[in-house]
Amino acid sequence: MTISQKILITLYNNDVAPRFDLTTEVLISSSPGRDGSVDENKTIVLAHESTEDLCQLILSEEVDVVICGGIEETFFEYLSWKRVKVLDSVAGPWERALDRVRAGRLEAGAILFDRKERKSHV
Amino acid sequence: MDAISFGQIEDLFGSPLKLPSLIDELPIGIAILDPQRRVLLLNRAYEELSGFDREAVWGIPCRYVLRTNICQQKCLAAQAHESRGPVTVEGNIINGARRKIAVRLTAVPLYDDAGNEVGFLETAEDIQALQQVSNNIHPKDGIGRIIGQSARMEELFRIIPVIAQTDSSILITGETGTGKDLTAEVIHQASDRLNGPFVKINCGTLPETLMESELFGHRKGAFTGAVSDKMGRLRTAHNGTLYLTEIGDLSLPLQVKLLTFLDDKVVYPLGSTKGFQAEVRVIAATHRNLEKMVQESLFRQDLLFRLNVVRLHLPPIRERGGDIGLLLDHFLKTFSARFEKTPKSLTQPARNFLLNYPYPGNVRELKNITEYATNICPSDVIGMDHLPAYLSEAGIAENGYDKRNGHAPLLPSKYNGREQNTGINWAAIERQLIIDTMIQANGHRSKAARSLGWGRSTLWRKMKKYGLET
Repeated sequence: MTISQKILITLYNNDVAPRFDLTTEVLISSSPGRDGSVDENKTIVLAHESTEDLCQLILSEEVDVVICGGIEETFFEYLSWKRVKVLDSVAGPWERALDRVRAGRLEAGAILFDRKERKSHV
Repeated sequence: MDAISFGQIEDLFGSPLKLPSLIDELPIGIAILDPQRRVLLLNRAYEELSGFDREAVWGIPCRYVLRTNICQQKCLAAQAHESRGPVTVEGNIINGARRKIAVRLTAVPLYDDAGNEVGFLETAEDIQALQQVSNNIHPKDGIGRIIGQSARMEELFRIIPVIAQTDSSILITGETGTGKDLTAEVIHQASDRLNGPFVKINCGTLPETLMESELFGHRKGAFTGAVSDKMGRLRTAHNGTLYLTEIGDLSLPLQVKLLTFLDDKVVYPLGSTKGFQAEVRVIAATHRNLEKMVQESLFRQDLLFRLNVVRLHLPPIRERGGDIGLLLDHFLKTFSARFEKTPKSLTQPARNFLLNYPYPGNVRELKNITEYATNICPSDVIGMDHLPAYLSEAGIAENGYDKRNGHAPLLPSKYNGREQNTGINWAAIERQLIIDTMIQANGHRSKAARSLGWGRSTLWRKMKKYGLET
């Protein structure tokens, strides 16, 4: 089941950015059906790192869900107070995070990287 | 196979040793990375600093574990690779508990016998406490950030360094706002555990089931909602100080579990039979009368004995003589600097009033009043009309009070949530209540709403009504 919502993901190359406050690029994804629009992804490059500006962007774009890495408690609380769901400490490729959140299967702290096989040391 | 079972060290000692056993006891965070800078092994200090379990983060890029500001500028390990030697920088991290912490990081490339780079060793050290100590105002009267000249405080300053050097459990008692938290921090910073973590747990904030998970941690699946392993706060305090505030609010079942931990020094997370060693020094604090609670069977006597090895009682500010003036001047100076205002002075009536007010909220109340007045006063001189409205509402400012019996006047009933038929004054009182509460909550609106017993939307509506939303 795909959940209709507007999602913002902080980016670091092809992955979710490790730090919310150091983000300079975000992806905003609007899922089908919202305001009658079709599925749409747009990338926004920020002029500089600024947590306050990023929060303002989130609110002005009316984002429902933020997927990010580490975020300070103050800003987590602020966005939560503004009714934005924050899934923080997510690590891995942004596309995988987007698929999971659309399917309603993404949780805070999710690690989405593929891991190599461990060698056994005797 | 988990990370603990690999990393065998042969030939160094008489018998084989696992690498985690070697590095787990070090007070500095250590991470071993592969050539692609993915996590192979973390020691316990690194887990505590980052807030992540080593099993959970094995094999992922290290920048998602410590989350330093350096990672996104230029990876430290990459710098070490280029220099073929150690690189040290200072930066900050955001840990798993969403706290930003100042750290010192070192990365070193690792080479095999053939000279091939096989990975990296990274160390991480919490320097937050060291920065706070160097940034503190160091008053000539006091210890650490505790200020006082009165005989009772002088006695405290004399014994704090002595007890800090022991590892004895300490019970700090005193009314709300007397500085119990600050005293616990000062003791930690004066102790040999300064470089270890200082973990504070408020035993009164969470329901029993959540408090148990917060203290002891849990395994994934231990209960509904336990979607991943969680390291409890007791374990994160290893080699440091565990500060339990409002210990009198801890439920009896958790008192039993805490007592078992204090005796065995082993933490058993919820849902797990595997225990973890946690060597901690315990400081507890309460404003309650624990002896009375023992008599009423609300607190375990054996736990009280265990915590009460050293007892420190902080006197209420009204029993500290000239310290009120000392603290008043200190806070005026501090808040003037913080708000970038010209240093404030007081009119004589305002000073007389503040020197003689009994402060039922103790130092915290004095600090809040001074912060409010410094912020509100448009000129360099704070007068009576710049003091919080609740002081004048109860007629305290005009009529004074009787110090002889030592009882503080009642605080206005607005703090108990009962509306008063005060006509045109109610809006001003409610507005002031919101300002005072926001100051106490350090601007956190969720906390302020909870403190006021309002929903968040109610607080937002009222702040908008009074023009306070920006």
